[in-house]
Formats: sequence, structure tokens, C-alpha cells
Amino acid sequence: MSAAGATPQQPEASSRAAHFRYVLRLGDTSLVLGQRLGEWVGHAPALEEDLGLANLALDLIGQARLFLTYAGELEGRERDEDALAFFRDAPEFTNLTLAEQPNGDFGHTVVRQWLIDCWQLEIYEALLACTDARLAAIAAKALKETRYHHRFSSGWLMRLGDGTDESHARVQRSLDSLWRFTSELFAPDDVDERMRAAGIAPALAEPSSRWSSRVDEDLAAATLVRPAAAPYPWHGRRGVHTEHLSHMLSEMQHLQRTYPGARW
Amino acid sequence: MSSDWPLFEVFIRSRSGLEHKHVGSVHAADARMAIEHARDVYTRRQEGVSLWVVRSADIVASDPEEADALFEPARDKVYRHPTFYAIPEEVKNL
Amino acid sequence: MYTQALDTHGREPLPAAAGSSAVLAQRFQERIDVEEKIEPKNWMPDAYRQTLIRQISQHAHSEIVGMLPEGNWITRAPTLRRKAVLIAKVQDEGGHGMYLYSAAETLGISRAEMIEQLLSGAARYSSIFNYPTLTWADMGAIGWLVDGAAIMNQLPICRCSYGPYARAMVRICKEESFHQRQGFEIMLTLSQGSEVQRAMAQDALKRWWWPSIMMFGPSDADSKHSAQSMRWKIKRFSNDELRQKFIDITVPQAQFLGLTIPDPALRWDEAAQHYLIGPIDWNEFHAVLAGHGPCNRERLEARRAAHEAGRWVREAAAAHAAKERSRQPEAA
Repeated sequence: MSAAGATPQQPEASSRAAHFRYVLRLGDTSLVLGQRLGEWVGHAPALEEDLGLANLALDLIGQARLFLTYAGELEGRERDEDALAFFRDAPEFTNLTLAEQPNGDFGHTVVRQWLIDCWQLEIYEALLACTDARLAAIAAKALKETRYHHRFSSGWLMRLGDGTDESHARVQRSLDSLWRFTSELFAPDDVDERMRAAGIAPALAEPSSRWSSRVDEDLAAATLVRPAAAPYPWHGRRGVHTEHLSHMLSEMQHLQRTYPGARW
Repeated sequence: MSSDWPLFEVFIRSRSGLEHKHVGSVHAADARMAIEHARDVYTRRQEGVSLWVVRSADIVASDPEEADALFEPARDKVYRHPTFYAIPEEVKNL
Repeated sequence: MYTQALDTHGREPLPAAAGSSAVLAQRFQERIDVEEKIEPKNWMPDAYRQTLIRQISQHAHSEIVGMLPEGNWITRAPTLRRKAVLIAKVQDEGGHGMYLYSAAETLGISRAEMIEQLLSGAARYSSIFNYPTLTWADMGAIGWLVDGAAIMNQLPICRCSYGPYARAMVRICKEESFHQRQGFEIMLTLSQGSEVQRAMAQDALKRWWWPSIMMFGPSDADSKHSAQSMRWKIKRFSNDELRQKFIDITVPQAQFLGLTIPDPALRWDEAAQHYLIGPIDWNEFHAVLAGHGPCNRERLEARRAAHEAGRWVREAAAAHAAKERSRQPEAA
């Protein structure tokens, strides 16, 4: 039984497959978010922000490489980080739906970043204590990076939310538009359950409530209004994405797909 | 332009035991941002353990035109420097 | 050395009136002649100041615009490692631009003014960045050739007479060698790869060779600023000297890659112990510099668009900072 090509309806029969999938999800979210940030380079509102966003992208690509390499080993089919990044199609990608949303304006990128930063803070912190030493080590490195990312994104959320009337309106609009994807962040599925039983993944109730408190705190500082919960369930982690992902992957995977077998 | 961000001078302590050294400047809207910008621009290669940022407008500098008056008098007070004194070689620990 | 200088009390008396311009200029030149650095706020001839502002800001603009041709391939880098390295390189370039803007600001011009000069088309920047990056191999060619030429130009400036510029260059040169190595590594991988990859690398070399040669600028006899810049130790070697050095170093590297330099007249001159090249098409150089290169319009439009699109962000940050200040119940 292999996880490659599995559709969301098929349950993970083995623990190893669930383990692979769990780590893959973390890698895919970092990869997709890093890829989005890479689009900003040379186009940011100020030179200093070009560097800041590039820094975030570098950290996230670095996390993706660590997670994907590990996932490939767990899978046992000799797929390395590049085989996983460049040769899976959209239904096989397991990133959070939120991560693949387009950049929009700088404020939109900040909101997307901030929501995921708050999520990664909880998840990586919880993973420090997990029984999988390799995963804990990756999480420890990623957590330090994420603390800085959150400083960056929450700082900007505050400046834009409590800046000018225009910036406040723009960023509230972005928040209203992206909020619906947050329903996926702490909704456990069978992979999460298996991993929790194995002592690897955390139970999600507490991280979810801490996330919610931190979000409220940052929103208050930014004078922004928390949108109402949206009922639609998103399943990016199970390979059901928005239309955006396949466009993004076309661009990202083009060279490898056009010249399979080549060394770069 | 009202949206011009002020200039901050950046000082880095590269490791414990050393002083902060001036490395350049960054623009930022506020101090918190200035630290982030300084970190992103000047410490990408682990160049530091500590950062100071100071608004350039707050730096008080000696006037180069007064360099002579400020620094010249110290030149001929060589007796402040250890090499001015001749001590016989047999005497240790001095 | 230090102690010897201290032991001599005798010192030449200072000229009585330091105020006259000719005296100031003479003392200034004397400092330069003994390799003493000029620092911000030191007296300097206005032409020295203006030359430096022009040169440093042009260099800064080049780094910023240079982020675009390479940034073009970040989303399509063929491996995660290459993607990370390319992001880091482009980030470095942005950082270099910032070190240089920072150095220029010590001479009395503001970042805002310099940006305005770039976006209005009034300022020049290196012609090389007005060429398109058409394939992944261009990432290799740019690192190998363009950064290689840049290093050749920049190393001497580490000893230029103006302190902040020299220090910025030292920092930049330390970071630059990784840029060139990663570019060469890409070319090596491609030239040892498939037929298609070898052809890609050869094609990139064909398109980037002459523009890189032209990065050194016209012969100094044709360059109006050269002689004075040499006297003021802003420029330390002639354009032709640096260009020749680059050619002598790079030709063997191309031979190692098994690639052909697009110059039928290229030959080794045993007597001179140099590689001699064919004629450079300076018309192309001047045309590109004047705004008629393949990407001049796109590069500037991209920078203008980023600047415009970011206006509300910069204003918001300034507005927030102002609100914070008024909320402090503070002294000073």
C-alpha cells in the first residue's frame, strides 16, 4: 500500500504510511508557502522588505527540504526531496489550502503569512516533545525561524491594521477573504489521530485554543475584526486543492518535467 | 515625502567580549522594524550576537574640523604609552 | 610602527589659514596620496563628492535592478537546493544595494532622491541587467561571467579613498565569491549533462559573453571621468586593464567547460602573454546604456510598479509610527 496517488477517500492502512503522510504535509505547507514568497523577490514595497520576504522564503524552503527528505525516507520508495517536490501532481500535494492562496498585495501576503506563522508556532512547539527524534529536531530548528517570522508578520499586521484608513481597509478585506481557510488548521483527521496515538503528533484542542488567543491578541493590536467562522471544510492536506495550486506547480515543476532524468 | 522612513545607524557585536561596531545604516519606520531590517541586511552570515540601532539624527559626532583641537593634544603626551619608559630587560613583570 | 611614530615629537606645523579652497584641496590631495581615508563630514572638493554620489548610487541601482533578471527564475529553479541558493544570491544583491545606498547617503543625498533618479530614468545603472534571462543556463552564465566581471571591478574599490565606499566594497566582495562559484557550478553541471543541457549552456555563453566584456566600460581614453577618478583613488585600475585580466582568467574556464566563446578572433598572444579578443561593438553598449536594450523598459517598469504598489504600505508604516509616538507619554 503506497500513499502516492492515494485519493482522499482511501484510509491509510498502515502506521508507516500515516507517518510518511504526516511529515509530508508539514513539508508541503512549507514548500508551497516558500514558493509563493519567492514570487515577491524584486517587487516588495521597499528594498528592506525584499530582503525580509526572501529571508522567510529561504527558511521555509529549508524546512521543506528537511521534511521532504525525511518523508521520502519514511516512504521507502527512494524518492528524495526533489522527486517529491517536482514529480507529484496537485492531488498528491498535502499542503494547507491556505498556503497556496495567491500573494495578492503585500497586506494579503502578510495576513496569509501571519495565520500560518501562528499555526506553525503551535505545531512546531508541540512537536518538540514528540517521540520521533528526527521530527523533533527539525521542529526545533523551524521553531526558532518561525518565532522570527511571527515577529515580522504580526509587526506588519499591526502597522497595516493600525496605519492609514486605506491600509486598514485593505488588510481587513484580506483577513475576511483568507479566514475561511483556517478551518483546516486544527481539524484532525485519521492521519493526525494515528500519529497522536503513536506519540508523534499532538492532540489539537489545546494548540487550537492557544492559536485562537494569540490571533485575538495580534488582531487587537492591529485594530482588526476577527471574521466569523466559515463552515466550508477545506481538504488541502488530503489532496483536494483550489485551482491555484496546479498553476503554481506548472511553473515550479516545468524544467524537471520537461527534461526528466536530467541532473541540475 | 511623509512616507519616508528615517535612517538608523547599525552597530553589531559579533561575539561576546567584543564591542559593538558600526556597520552601516538602514531605513525603517520604527525601532522594531529597524532591528529586523538590520538583522536581515547585516547578519545573514552569522555576523552577530547583538544589534544596536540608533536614529542617525540622534548621533552626535565630533566635527572633523575640530579634530586637531580635540585629538592633537593627546599626541604629545606619549608618557601615557608604555613604550615611552626604558626598563632594564632583567626586570620582569613590568 | 606605532611606537616609532610616538617617539618622534617633531611634526610639521599646520598651515596657518585652513580656510582657503586651494589649501583645502591641496591638503585633501595629500591625504589621498598617502592612502589616508576620507570619511563623512571631512572637507572634500565638490566634484569628488558628486563623482562618488554618481558612482556609488549607480552601483547601488545596478544591484537592485540586477535582482530582476535572476529573480525571474526563482519560481522555476529545477531543484530545491538551486532554488534556495538563487534566493540567497538575489537577497545578497539587494543587501549590496543597501550597503551602497547607505554609503552614498553619507555624502548628503537621501535614499528617496536616489530612488527617484532611478525610477525617472535619470540615473544610469549597469547595462548588463537590461538583457533577458531566457533559460536556466542564464543563471549559470550570469554568476560565472557577470559576477566574475563585477568582482574584477570591485576588488580594487575596496581600497578606494572614501571610507564608507571602501568598507561597503569589502563587505560586498566577501559575499560575491559565492555568487561566482554557484554560477560556474551550474555551467559545469549543464556542460556535463545531456545534449540539450550542453546546448543550453553554450547558448547562454553566446548571449552573455560580449555584454560581460562591455561591463568594464569603454577604453579610458574614451571615458571622461577616468583621469580625475584615478587621482582621487576612486578608480585604481583602468577599464582596459581590468577587462584584460577578466579575459585571461575566464578563457581557460570556458575551455574547461568545453564551451566555445563567441569570438572567432579570440587568440592567445605568446609575446604579450594575454588572450586577445576581437572588436567590441560599442554601439550596442551605448544603445543599451541610453535605454534601447532588450529589457530596459521592462526593468524600469517593474521597479516603478513595485514602488507604486508599495506606496500605501510605506505610508501605513509611517502613519503607525507617528501614532505610536503620539501615544507615548514621553520626554524627547
